[in-house]
Amino acid sequence: MTRRGQAAARRILVGALGVALLAAVWELYKLLGPAQGVMIGGTTVLPRTSDLAMPHLWVMASRVLEPVTGAANAVPMWQAVLQGSLFTLGIAAVGWLVGVSVGLALALLMQRFRLAESAILPWIILSQTVPLIALAPLVRRWGSQIQFGDFTWASWMSVALIASYLAFFPVSVGALRGLGSPDANHVDLMHCYAAGWWMTLWRLRLPASVAHLLPALRLAAASAVIGTVVAEVSIGLRGCIGRLIVESAGAAGGDPVKPWAPIFGSIIVGLVAAGFVGLIGQFLRRFRRGEVAA
Amino acid sequence: MSAPGLLRTVIPPMLLGLVAILLWQGAVTYFAIKPFILPGPFQIGEQFAANLQNVANGMVVTGRNALIGLLVGSLLGILAAIVASVLRVADEMAAPIIAAIAVVPIVALAPVLYTMFGAGAETARQIVAGLAVFVPVYFNTLKGLRQVSPVHRDLMRSYAASSRQATRTVTLPTALPYVFTGLRIASSLAVISALIAEYFGGPVGGLGKSITSSASSSNYGLAWAYVLGSILLGLLFYSAALGLEKLVRRRIPGS
Amino acid sequence: MRTYPTGALAVEATAVSRVFPVRKGASVTALDAVSLSVAPGEFVSLIGPSGCGKSTLLRLIADLDSPSSGSITVFGKPARQARIDQDYGIAFQQAGLLPWRTVAGNIELPLELHGTGKTARRARAAELIALVGLSDFADNYPDQLSGGMQQRVAIARSLAESPSLLLMDEPFGALDEMTRERMQNELVRICGETSAAVVFVTHSIPEAVFLSDRVVVLEPRPGRIRDVLTVSLGDPAGRGENLREDEGFFHAVSQVRELLHGEGAAGARGVETR
Repeated sequence: MTRRGQAAARRILVGALGVALLAAVWELYKLLGPAQGVMIGGTTVLPRTSDLAMPHLWVMASRVLEPVTGAANAVPMWQAVLQGSLFTLGIAAVGWLVGVSVGLALALLMQRFRLAESAILPWIILSQTVPLIALAPLVRRWGSQIQFGDFTWASWMSVALIASYLAFFPVSVGALRGLGSPDANHVDLMHCYAAGWWMTLWRLRLPASVAHLLPALRLAAASAVIGTVVAEVSIGLRGCIGRLIVESAGAAGGDPVKPWAPIFGSIIVGLVAAGFVGLIGQFLRRFRRGEVAA
Repeated sequence: MSAPGLLRTVIPPMLLGLVAILLWQGAVTYFAIKPFILPGPFQIGEQFAANLQNVANGMVVTGRNALIGLLVGSLLGILAAIVASVLRVADEMAAPIIAAIAVVPIVALAPVLYTMFGAGAETARQIVAGLAVFVPVYFNTLKGLRQVSPVHRDLMRSYAASSRQATRTVTLPTALPYVFTGLRIASSLAVISALIAEYFGGPVGGLGKSITSSASSSNYGLAWAYVLGSILLGLLFYSAALGLEKLVRRRIPGS
Repeated sequence: MRTYPTGALAVEATAVSRVFPVRKGASVTALDAVSLSVAPGEFVSLIGPSGCGKSTLLRLIADLDSPSSGSITVFGKPARQARIDQDYGIAFQQAGLLPWRTVAGNIELPLELHGTGKTARRARAAELIALVGLSDFADNYPDQLSGGMQQRVAIARSLAESPSLLLMDEPFGALDEMTRERMQNELVRICGETSAAVVFVTHSIPEAVFLSDRVVVLEPRPGRIRDVLTVSLGDPAGRGENLREDEGFFHAVSQVRELLHGEGAAGARGVETR
């Protein structure tokens, strides 16, 4: 085995150990902790340990294989979660794409014109303190007003819009920093070659920005997933993972393990999104090499 | 700040904001847009002033949750980063869990947290805020702790400095600005997370619950007034963190 | 090859000044009424302590900066036009290679930007890679090369469009002494083969003497030309390793040193940071 292979194997092994440790802590606390949780000054600081509050991990796992509800035609839990996850993933992907496009466009505008940077950047930062998620029901209402020709605004589009609103921020900031990252040396060189702004952008600024852009894309993916799930809940979209989370939470009284399955589904959606950005990073490997090179 | 600096950094965004607000009000008036779609900024301001007490109460409830989450989450994030920077095995063990926390919609945990900690208490919301805060603080602190340049480390070795001395003179000053950058990012996350967690259940009184309840009772002006309140709360947190960061950067030049 | 107005000098700087404003109305005079001409095919070094404006002068010739007063022409045209017409090639102290391009890709960059066809680009790059002795490394990335190799790529890149003028800003400044001497030998050979004029900024006296037809000694605060020394060590093509042991070489080196350390220059010693 190569040294790199060994290192990777070690990472995976130790990482798995970490996850196992977390699971062990869960079960151990459930075994030893007080049933009513630990209270300090009237505030619960450590959770209750009843089967309702903290189910055994194996119960969570086996619940996934059972049907969603007691109804005769109910599909297994895992199937419902999978379908919901795919739907959510699709919406998040649309939101991510829109957000990344808008973020890149804003970054280019700000890179091109100093005035645009000083006028827009504070608002971009401010935009993140505006909980557009809070407006989800209103966004949906706006959408329902939009209709031209055969096109009608669907609820999932409102969800994607909210996801894109969260996703554009890291991209615009990261891309702006990335576009400004080339050395003065390289910029001088392009000037010597009498290369115009577009040429410099294409040959120098964009390739140089990849190192800054990839973490931004990853953050944007995570934000898009979060935005999608939350917006699904507040808009009340059907057939998605957000809906499953809320429905299962409503059923938790009689079926305490149920909420965990869609939560794991949302975790998988997040990991898949991050993995996708990782793939992009592999694809752009060439532009990340030798960040140390002159 | 000098006058030309002010001219360049403050005037353009103010102007843009003013133009946007006027355009918004103009559009609302001109197209006679119904308030249930989008009220004008003046109307929102009116509602805000009329319900100042209610909005302020909501800000206190949500702000308290966000603050507790921010403090606890940051503290844990910094501690975890220190442990991870010292113990490689801890870093590697935590890697998959933290990677998962980073990409997972943490608010999705809210429903189970309400069962674990009680639906009548604010604890679940504080935990959601804390978890959301933990991620950027952890990553930035770890990055900062690893920024110490090899030259400085060698210098400390050549002085035979104890690890405590090295931490105090080199590692901490290098890492501190990164920690505060993490805190700044975390500050608005804390507010948004605490607010969103309210959508998934728990007691009433916070901004999130107020927004949804006034929207569902078709009181859209009021809903927007609460939204304005949450913007102000987010701004308050953000500018406090930004101010702290600026202060630290001034104290530690060259960072 | 391009055509130039007959008899035009490669570089002609006439009473060039460059004043940098600093805070609160104060200013620093980096260059004060400097006049200099470089004939086609001539190798001229600019030497002087830090702050004497030698890099500023080079940047003005390259049109990376504009003079506060005075004029600069390159082959009879304003510096800006010469830049747009790509009449010069340039190399900096840092190799400045794009890390995501291979050696060949970096050398092809200027050709690509100016619309040379793919086949012609390939052929020219291969030629230049051979010229700087890196044929085995054409497909390597800059981070896989040593500093000296990177600098050779940068020089090959500056030669890509067969310029009649080369501008070099301490291109060997970051190299170790042995690599440096080898690169100097190569540069002398390459200049002999391409018959380009060179303006070469350096800190090193032996380097200036070894390479140049003329050494221009500058003084700082304000940046002025103190003296110009004509080095007559023979045809560049004939210069080799032996020259470094030559009596005439030592003589020229001590002449330059005396010029540099002449009156008022004592304070400039030891402040050379680059």
